[in-house]
Amino acid sequence: MNKSRRNFLKTSAFMGASIAGVASTKPVKGAPKNILSDDRMGVLVDTTVCIGCRKCEWACKSAHDMPTDPIEKYDDRSVFDKRRRPDAHALTVVNEFENQNGKFPIDVKVQCMHCDHPACLSACIVGAFSKEENGTVLWNGDKCIGCRYCMVACPFQIPAFEFDKAWSPDIKKCDFCFDRTKKGMLPACVEICPMEVLTYGKRSELIRAAKEKIRLYPERYVDHILGEHEVGGTSWMYLSSKDFAQLDFPKLGKNAAPGVTEAIQHGIFAYFIPPIAIYALLGGVMWLNKNRKHEEHGGDE
Amino acid sequence: MEHLFKPTPIQKKFFTPIVIILSAIAINGLVFLLGRFVFGIGAVTNLNDQFPWGIWIGIDVAAGVALAAGGFTTAALGHIMHKDKYEVIIRPALLTAMLGYTFVAMSVMIDLGRYHYIWHPLVMWNGTSVLFEVGICVMIYLTVLYIEFLPIVTERFIGRVNLPGFLAKFNNTVDKLLRVLDRALDKTMFIFIISGVVLSCLHQSSLGTLMVIAGEKMHPLWQTPILPLLFLLSAICVGFPMVIFESLISSKSFGLKPELDVLEGLGRMVGPMLLIYLTAKMVDVVIRETYVHLMTINTESIMFTIEVMIGIVIPLRMFFSRKISKTPEGLFWASAFVIFGVLLNRVNNFIIAYTPPYAESSYFPSFGEISVTLGFIALEILLFRFLVMIFPVVSTPQKVAFKTKYAVKGLFR
Repeated sequence: MNKSRRNFLKTSAFMGASIAGVASTKPVKGAPKNILSDDRMGVLVDTTVCIGCRKCEWACKSAHDMPTDPIEKYDDRSVFDKRRRPDAHALTVVNEFENQNGKFPIDVKVQCMHCDHPACLSACIVGAFSKEENGTVLWNGDKCIGCRYCMVACPFQIPAFEFDKAWSPDIKKCDFCFDRTKKGMLPACVEICPMEVLTYGKRSELIRAAKEKIRLYPERYVDHILGEHEVGGTSWMYLSSKDFAQLDFPKLGKNAAPGVTEAIQHGIFAYFIPPIAIYALLGGVMWLNKNRKHEEHGGDE
Repeated sequence: MEHLFKPTPIQKKFFTPIVIILSAIAINGLVFLLGRFVFGIGAVTNLNDQFPWGIWIGIDVAAGVALAAGGFTTAALGHIMHKDKYEVIIRPALLTAMLGYTFVAMSVMIDLGRYHYIWHPLVMWNGTSVLFEVGICVMIYLTVLYIEFLPIVTERFIGRVNLPGFLAKFNNTVDKLLRVLDRALDKTMFIFIISGVVLSCLHQSSLGTLMVIAGEKMHPLWQTPILPLLFLLSAICVGFPMVIFESLISSKSFGLKPELDVLEGLGRMVGPMLLIYLTAKMVDVVIRETYVHLMTINTESIMFTIEVMIGIVIPLRMFFSRKISKTPEGLFWASAFVIFGVLLNRVNNFIIAYTPPYAESSYFPSFGEISVTLGFIALEILLFRFLVMIFPVVSTPQKVAFKTKYAVKGLFR
């Protein structure tokens, strides 16, 4: 399936190229401001340690000045009866999954993955998203027009929209606590986590640490770091004792999400040659037909 | 060979029972639209974080753009291929496209959460965004359509300027200005006509690329890298059927004799186009081996089958049948099937195929969404009726038999 799709992409690229006369096999650029710094940060989420205390949910809301229940209320575990998703009122949520062969259930924190090649950033009509040097994918409310194309594009279905607001609704998603990390502080969820489920650090070092964990405890982890390669790599990465598909993660390939679209776009718009070529062609046809008519009518019209 | 038809403003009563019904539908839509602006998108629509786009994008925008394809296809046929026979249909098709795109722009506006920032794409560019390209192309094309319509306005008012009250003393000045404008347009119109066709090809195809980025979230029956090609082909397919459909309805509504000879000629070109579109679609299904999804019966496979059978295969057969494509009824129904097929294709691509990973229930438009969509369609028909009564758009038989230049002047010199 993946292979045939790849072949098909080649075919369509060829079609585009044959019109354009220009082959377009450019790598994914992401967008103007897509700096992939070697020192970009990330978070490693070890789901085998998480106890589902949901303190991160509280810390997130407090750090973002969002209305929240007092922290004691978060001990209520009945919320796990339902699968929840981050929305306009909660940028991160924890879900609990049954664990047949283990003693404890598996708890998984969900938030924006901060992709290295974000689909939202590539798709956004006005470039309201940016990939910051520390890895954060940031939304800019001064630009956003509220078209919600980012929500269509996101492979993890993360951006949320304030559907209940009539005037100037926001796109809401985890901002990796950009205002805190700028000042050298930890992201709020990482800081509060009592079990050290979340490790904040350089992405490259986190991958090394995760591989070491898998090597040391092969019975504890499946040999898969979710986010190392998915959709071209993400800043947030997960370790788990179970296949990630069972923990409600979408099954995704290694290709960056915006890859196909950008290849098509660059094919159609290769230095504006195809549009200009069509224009010239049509102009030529029009001129020829006009002249032919002239001769037929003896040029009286 | 004398042309006996000349575009003239239609002189009929505006209000008929159907017009009154349409007005009611339009008012109902506007009421719900008011609700959207007062209480927010969530209050009126069934949209949520899983289904960010509904029928306002799928039907009003995507299908709206496709069904306005009559504008650029007839412009290409009449002006670029220079087939004089089809001049009579160019103006109605142009007006439809102009109104169609105006309503596309309005639908985008009401669907935008922050509609007051609708001008942002003009100054904040994102070259990787398909939506940006579609948006810019549609904006420019809409402007081009208004420019293409201007000669009809100047034709209507030159020598007939009659301003009310004290403004009357400017009558001569305005008339002179109109003449200057008319001459300028006359000389430059070819630039706009070619631009219109190029811009249409660009955004009609890019509209297809729009959903490619949804990746795995889109059902494989529709998710293909050749979506832009399929969208362009289907837009070209639906252009003439739309003109035929509309021409037959408006001639019935205004009590005119349909120009069957012209419509038949258009119909003859639809068959081969549909064949190309069908071939592309089938080759895609075979190469990507997505036909396996047609073996199971579910919403997606049923919708795909309906789209292909009723929307492409049946009208293909009808347009290729000499007997059927010679009668107004045959032409009408064959065209209606193509229109239905392309409309369904856009709905399928934008709504049915979109299956987000965490949806708790599937999306079905709310009463408010449907009301607004129907209201806009009703409003569009009413505006069309209103405008053809003011401007010389629809060709009617004339007593004087002289050869007229309709269409765009300057192309026949």
